[in-house]
Amino acid sequence: MGDVRDELGAAETLESRGTRVDRSPSASTSTKKFLRVNNLHVSFPTDDGVVKAVDGLTFDLEKGQTLGIVGESGSGKSVTSLAVMGLHRGTRAKTSGEIWLDDEDLLKVSDEELRSLRGRKMAMIFQDPLSALHPYYTIGSQLIEAIQVHERISKSSARTRVVDMLGRVGIPNPRRRYEQYPHEFSGGMRQRAMIAMALINNPELLIADEPTTALDVTVQAQILDLMRNLQAEFGSAIIMITHDLGVVAEIADDVLVMYGGRCVEYAEVDDLFHQPDHPYTWGLLSSMPRLDRLRQDRLVPVAGNPPSLINVPPGCAFHPRCAFKEFSPRPCNVDDPALLESYPKHDSRCHIPVPMRAELFAERVAPKL
Amino acid sequence: MSLLTVTDLKKHFPTYNQKILRTQGAPVKAVDGLSLTLDAGETLGLVGESGCGKSTAGRTILKLLEPTAGTIEFEGRDVTHAQGEELRHLRRELQMVFQDPYGSLNPRHPIGQIIAAPFEIQRVTPPGGVKKEVQALMERVGLNPEHYNRYPHEFSGGQRQRIGVARAIALKPKLIVCDEPVSALDVSIQAQVINLLEDIQNEQNLAYVFIAHDLSVVRHISDRVLVMYLGKMMELADRNSLYERPMHPYTQALMSAVPVPEPRRDRVRILLHGDLPSPQNPPSGCVFRTRCPLATERCAAEVPQPVELEPGHVVACHYPKVREVV
Repeated sequence: MGDVRDELGAAETLESRGTRVDRSPSASTSTKKFLRVNNLHVSFPTDDGVVKAVDGLTFDLEKGQTLGIVGESGSGKSVTSLAVMGLHRGTRAKTSGEIWLDDEDLLKVSDEELRSLRGRKMAMIFQDPLSALHPYYTIGSQLIEAIQVHERISKSSARTRVVDMLGRVGIPNPRRRYEQYPHEFSGGMRQRAMIAMALINNPELLIADEPTTALDVTVQAQILDLMRNLQAEFGSAIIMITHDLGVVAEIADDVLVMYGGRCVEYAEVDDLFHQPDHPYTWGLLSSMPRLDRLRQDRLVPVAGNPPSLINVPPGCAFHPRCAFKEFSPRPCNVDDPALLESYPKHDSRCHIPVPMRAELFAERVAPKL
Repeated sequence: MSLLTVTDLKKHFPTYNQKILRTQGAPVKAVDGLSLTLDAGETLGLVGESGCGKSTAGRTILKLLEPTAGTIEFEGRDVTHAQGEELRHLRRELQMVFQDPYGSLNPRHPIGQIIAAPFEIQRVTPPGGVKKEVQALMERVGLNPEHYNRYPHEFSGGQRQRIGVARAIALKPKLIVCDEPVSALDVSIQAQVINLLEDIQNEQNLAYVFIAHDLSVVRHISDRVLVMYLGKMMELADRNSLYERPMHPYTQALMSAVPVPEPRRDRVRILLHGDLPSPQNPPSGCVFRTRCPLATERCAAEVPQPVELEPGHVVACHYPKVREVV
């Protein structure tokens, strides 16, 4: 695990994570995590310059666990998920690093192998189910296709499986729904159909890219509940990509906060919310209005706008918007902070010394949350 | 006297039968008997799931849509059927901020022209001239006045929403309907726009009808909150009383579904099953009964009337009961 070296300090992180005690019981028998992403880079050459969408990302994920990836638009979270699915192949994107799923490096396998993995061993739920489903085919035939790509199976037994799966994701009257087209489904039902399609081959890795963003809260609660139950049943590993810290708190075991194509904070969910350790994470928490309590003060927004990924600010990408850079002992606009372990199993990327950060959070941020 | 009084407002959209042309089907009852009042300087939050009629309600109040029935009174005047010149004058007082910061700005007009449009349409020349006033407005909403001649595509989503706000406050209106003004924005930018709306409200004693599906944002910004479901009011109360003591089972379910950024917190979770019924064919009696955990036969038979159970706390339910959910 410690053979990856890069200037960003990912290696240190990896080593420190090697000793990590996992919460799942199966981890004691195998030391290797199910999914291991090492130093992933994805960039897109454009006329205006190179867009560094993902810049040295490292994380891992065990079966039965959920990793939440949080960030604003343009932080690189969706590009990361597409890279894991191998959906940048054949585009102009340049991808480097390693993505190990079990014993295969997904960036090295042939297109054919990748096709056989996709939809079977790993599957994805997209944000917008209306554009991810084919409008000309019935829901049933699209789900059958998802099975038949990977298995030789008669249409009638495939049909039985599809109807069963539609029922399991909470679609009422699945036999009738099977014959219907996507436009006949409501938003929530479409998202369920997408989830059914993703789960039909019982994938071990499920990537959900903002699966509930377009949905109402009541439907969102149903879908999150469904994903939790299905995970308990199938033991899949889930990557949940979202901009909503509430969703993360509810569903994730580990959280990775992205900013400008990089990980700025990586921690277990309890630690992230109780001792957030990066000024950007503080910014996200203090700019959110909360349902459960009333803030007397005004919201504290993060000043400015997210960075352009073509011209990422030098040094720490967050420094132009950081309200705490005066506390840094080093020039944030010059020196690039490394992703270092602040606490056990809790990494963040900031020059401010860890004790001072804890103090700043306790004194200046937490009282306003 | 309230600034705005809406009484039993209805907006029904006609539908046409697909099989036999030119015969009318059942109308879509987007807003079906909504009553509310709003004072100067006050913010009324309007919440509900998509399809509940909250946007239609906002647009009908502004007379962007012609009401089917009911009355709208603005500053004591009945403006329900205002038209032509009267309506144009009314628009000086009533403005709107739209949800989509991309779709609500003309891509072919520089933003100076966009923000100046209200002056042009109302044939008003502000003291000091239009350009000076527009630049002052830009400065007020946090845009660089030198960007007067830039086009909408040169701005980020948050900045475009600021342009929309500048245009809405240009004529110093008394009421602005904000239709999901921050839901298309990133969290960090959302807070900037919310703070801006609050500051402008305090400066100009503006009233807002704030339409949103995000209950956390609504809690932050509203003085009173109205919960809608399928075109009807379910509950109306001042902010604290609604969030601390919701009485309608729908409000409770809605609130319990919102994820809170605090892991492993034990909360009541009331899961609603199924989807919103069609507003073309709403359930009999209480429209919420098909998804309500408390529904009985009485709910199918009798439409619950809004009742003021506590001062200022109005609930339309046969079995209202306070339940803490957040």
